[in-house]
Amino acid sequence: MILALLLITLLILASAAVAMVLRNLIHSALLLVLSWCGIAAFYLWAGAEFVAFAQILVYVGAISMVVLFAVLLTRPARDAELSVPAVTVLRVAAGLMAAGMVASILGLAVLTTRFSGAATRAPQLTVKDLGALLAGPHAAALLVTGVILTVALLGAVLIAAPAPAPRPEDHS
Amino acid sequence: MTPLTLCLLLSCGLFSVGLAAALTRGNAILVLLGVELMLNAANLNFIAFWRFSGGPASTGVVFVLFSLAVAAAEAAVGLALVIAVYRHQQSIRLQDAVRLKG
Amino acid sequence: MTPAAVPPDRWLELAPLQLRDWVTGFLPASLQWLATGLITIVAILAVFGLLFAYLTLAERKILGRIQNRPGPNRTGWFGLLQPFADGVKALTKEDVVPRQADPVLHYLAPVVLVALSLLGFAVIPFGRHLVAVELDAAVLYFFAAGAATELAIFMAGWASRNKYALLAAMRALAQLISYELPLLLAFVPVVMLAGTLSTTAIVAAQGGWTLGVLPHWFVLTPWGFAGFVIFMIAALAESNRSPFDLPEAESELIAGHLTEYSGFKYALFFMAEYFGMCALCGMAVTLFLGGWQAPCAALECIPSYAWFGAKLLTLLLGFIWIRATLPRLRMDQLTRLAWKFLVPLALINLGTAAFWSLTAGWTGGLQLVRWAVALALVAGPFVLLGRRLSRGVAPRVYRYASS
Repeated sequence: MILALLLITLLILASAAVAMVLRNLIHSALLLVLSWCGIAAFYLWAGAEFVAFAQILVYVGAISMVVLFAVLLTRPARDAELSVPAVTVLRVAAGLMAAGMVASILGLAVLTTRFSGAATRAPQLTVKDLGALLAGPHAAALLVTGVILTVALLGAVLIAAPAPAPRPEDHS
Repeated sequence: MTPLTLCLLLSCGLFSVGLAAALTRGNAILVLLGVELMLNAANLNFIAFWRFSGGPASTGVVFVLFSLAVAAAEAAVGLALVIAVYRHQQSIRLQDAVRLKG
Repeated sequence: MTPAAVPPDRWLELAPLQLRDWVTGFLPASLQWLATGLITIVAILAVFGLLFAYLTLAERKILGRIQNRPGPNRTGWFGLLQPFADGVKALTKEDVVPRQADPVLHYLAPVVLVALSLLGFAVIPFGRHLVAVELDAAVLYFFAAGAATELAIFMAGWASRNKYALLAAMRALAQLISYELPLLLAFVPVVMLAGTLSTTAIVAAQGGWTLGVLPHWFVLTPWGFAGFVIFMIAALAESNRSPFDLPEAESELIAGHLTEYSGFKYALFFMAEYFGMCALCGMAVTLFLGGWQAPCAALECIPSYAWFGAKLLTLLLGFIWIRATLPRLRMDQLTRLAWKFLVPLALINLGTAAFWSLTAGWTGGLQLVRWAVALALVAGPFVLLGRRLSRGVAPRVYRYASS
């Protein structure tokens, strides 16, 4: 149980960290996909089956595709390297320091807090219960999420679509 | 160390990795991916607390589902913006995107 | 696999399970769960590996017959050893990797693709007691595994370092993403009516017969029929089968993202394609054709897995027939069909299914009204949309061909 969690932790953190260091953007994106799969494995480990599969469907199936397409569409030239230009050492040091400070504060908070009532057995939540929850008490949130998704996708298409080329008739 | 502590440390580490990436990398796509990682770290916390709280409430799972949907929307709009910025600036380095009017 | 006893359990029905238990009986109790899992995996691999081998042979034979030629007939009796000859050829061929290629990703792409396309078999109930993993969210699992295969195609196209392979991979991804939508929307009515995401429960919901002869399969309802047709069209496109085989149109697009693959890796891509096709057809059988249920009560004496196999083979042969009949679509026609025709029809079908489930209590004359309204909801949009989209296209005039 703990061993599986340790392995999942290692997978998630290692792939995410390596992905963020690599110069090749495609490799970063693919390693991040591995990290997202690890997160899905964590959800499975915790007993949230539905969320795990939804995570795979959304992140591995959809978001990774959008990311990869974006990487390919934003290359300056066909043969240009995908590598990312170097940033200044100062910036890297400052960023790492800030992240390290956040990590240490969060970690300290986690380690010093006493959590009450650690349940040993996973709570049972069937897909039917989840559906009843989503269609019952959370129906309004579900509808709002649907609206957000629709608006966001329409907005994304509008932003990303190239300006319409002038038609041949418009030459006058 | 209880499993819950380990889960929280994992999400804390993931959050920091995402934060470090968002702060240090100059590439807009990588910054977005760093933000995605931070979102995922938050989701990990929700699931961990749902798993180990022992209560009957399943708000954690429901919240993660909504968070997934919003993350999808965020990624779509964010990457569309990256593509639009690239069209104007011919670069996706965030340092180059300094003009407000293309 | 759950050995929960359902009444009509004959010897043949339980034979696979008993064979498995007999084999695992030789092992110490602590290892039995592992052995059970391994035997399930090996059984799925063996059955579908052989099915893959003979499906390629059947496809070549049937295509040959339809095109008035004999097909492979030199290796063994009626060419029955042809798949093995092909396998040996693929294994012994030189494996060429371009110098510029990304070696790790180039190697990983076919492996990941085959692994992901095999994952789907885990949740398909092949018989009354034959399901490898019983999940509460099995259908979601199946489509999550299917969605992940797109990544492998991208890896294949990008790692080849060939602009044609990359372009073809983008084209293939555009196709897969476009058809994922109707595929997912087509099965949602089934989930609505069955009230579950578990495949075994969906099959159980289609059990029973009216008058002992009319099965309660979802395909025999208006919304189920529409959903089945949309699902099968989308499944054709998802498994890159003709007429949607643009990703690897070998006659004009130099096999698309597979351009830089040779030898066994190329064979692995084909294996993954056939596995994906089998898994999608198996899911279609499960969702719409009643899974392992017999078509009428009198035929229940035939074991359930035989019924599943018969239905699966029917769908696969239908795929081969379609391949021999229809010409390939153009890219714009392909995406137009998905976004302007299949997606709206699938959305309307959701409404039809909702109407069907709300009127479940209607009886007598109202039942006729229910059928009429549902049929109109299915046929009306189909005719209207079809006419609108084919305006200015049909009917085609054959100017140079004489009848």
